[in-house]
Amino acid sequence: MFTSEAMMQFWAEYGETFAWQLLHMVVLVGVLLISVAYLVYAERKILGLMQRRQGPMTVGPFGLLQTFADAFKLISKEVVFPTQANKPVFLIAPMLTMTLAVAAWAVIPVSAQLVVANINVGILYLFAISSLGVYGVIMAGWASNSKYAFLGGMRSASQMVSYEVSMGLVIVTVILCTGSMNLSDIVTAERPWWMVILLLPMLVIFLISILAETNRAPFDLPEGESELSGGFLVEYSSIAFVLFFLGEYANMILMSAITTILFLGGWLPPFGLEFLDFLPGLVWFVFKVSLVLFFFIWARATFPRYRYDQLMRLGWKVFLPFSLAWVVIVAGTLIALDAVPN
Amino acid sequence: MSVNTVARSFLLTEILKGMALTLKYMFFMPKVTINYPYEKGPLSTRFRGEHALRRYPNGEERCIACKLCEAICPAQAITIEAEPREDGSRRTTRYDIDMTKCIYCGLCQEACPVDAIVEGPNFEFATETREELYYNKDKLLANGDRWEAQIASNLNADAPYR
Repeated sequence: MFTSEAMMQFWAEYGETFAWQLLHMVVLVGVLLISVAYLVYAERKILGLMQRRQGPMTVGPFGLLQTFADAFKLISKEVVFPTQANKPVFLIAPMLTMTLAVAAWAVIPVSAQLVVANINVGILYLFAISSLGVYGVIMAGWASNSKYAFLGGMRSASQMVSYEVSMGLVIVTVILCTGSMNLSDIVTAERPWWMVILLLPMLVIFLISILAETNRAPFDLPEGESELSGGFLVEYSSIAFVLFFLGEYANMILMSAITTILFLGGWLPPFGLEFLDFLPGLVWFVFKVSLVLFFFIWARATFPRYRYDQLMRLGWKVFLPFSLAWVVIVAGTLIALDAVPN
Repeated sequence: MSVNTVARSFLLTEILKGMALTLKYMFFMPKVTINYPYEKGPLSTRFRGEHALRRYPNGEERCIACKLCEAICPAQAITIEAEPREDGSRRTTRYDIDMTKCIYCGLCQEACPVDAIVEGPNFEFATETREELYYNKDKLLANGDRWEAQIASNLNADAPYR
């Protein structure tokens, strides 16, 4: 089927593109891993400051190398398998979490030119990938064969499913306003002032939902240190734990990037101020993502963990009806003002 | 639910207030911790740390082997043996403190009539083996020589209150 001649022709035509894409991916993953390391550092430092502590100070100047020391320590340890654990699933779970968190980055446009795959249904791809993330947690919870891990996995499943519903509706609202599912088009779409005001409540809902979606405080019930002593992570050690950890933080960065693209104008300078154009789009993108990440950490420093029934009540009885109603309101407004895109 | 309650919960006022508080703590409140091995907190002049046996300024050891400290020690951490020295003065031949038994109550320095045994300001004497914590006379005298300046100034500062 594949003669060497056909392969030669393939490489001649697509070789350069392929090499370019590969380089792009490697750089992206590298940058992502470094960002995760410094996100962990930033989290510890900001939490420390908000609790009037110093945060990490010892490894490197101002503790800047602390995360690398921690990672090195974890990697040098032994992977412990619980005797009754389902080994393959137990090992696949952290890999899946990490892989999905990285795979989603394929469609994220970090600036006008920089995007690995500029596909037309990017937002659907993102939604699908971020929904798959729950499998990593469920598999970990089930394969560990531990009560704590199992409870954590179950909590995580219902929590992520609940909040995905309202997240989906929020995304629908944004698609209604921009008329495209291509992430680059969503960023560059015209947004009159009334549309910004209409989307503001959706931004609030989205911000709270991504906290639940990434299992972050105050919705970190799947981990729940005080009740479940680590939840689905309880049996994990060494490199498997590192992968989970990386996956969780890469997911945080991913969700921040999605928020930036949907609501904060991606790589465009803030508030459409032309004179700020002198900085490249990438800088603005990173700046906006950092702002959302700061919100993540800020919320963790401020709020205590939700009770489980409160979490479900908020998802199903507040966010779902509200976002459903808001979809209708936004759609109605668009038709009334004759502003439906295309 | 009153209109007021609904409005407040939908505008997230209380949540924003909480977040404003943490932000205030982050930027405007002084830190309450110090960078320990490089910075150290203040110690009281009465701090009861590692033990030391002191000497007189002429180099003669203060301890006269009265064994009051051994008698009062509630943890029975102190062991003393004594016999007359060549010049006829009464001195210890053995003065051991088992630091793993010691409860740092300070009764030994209260009992001492010549301010020989004192608990100095040093609290960083952790060791890797238990044996290193069985202090003998040489170790205690060495401690005394090492911390004498600070011990003397602490005793001096505390003297008016005794």
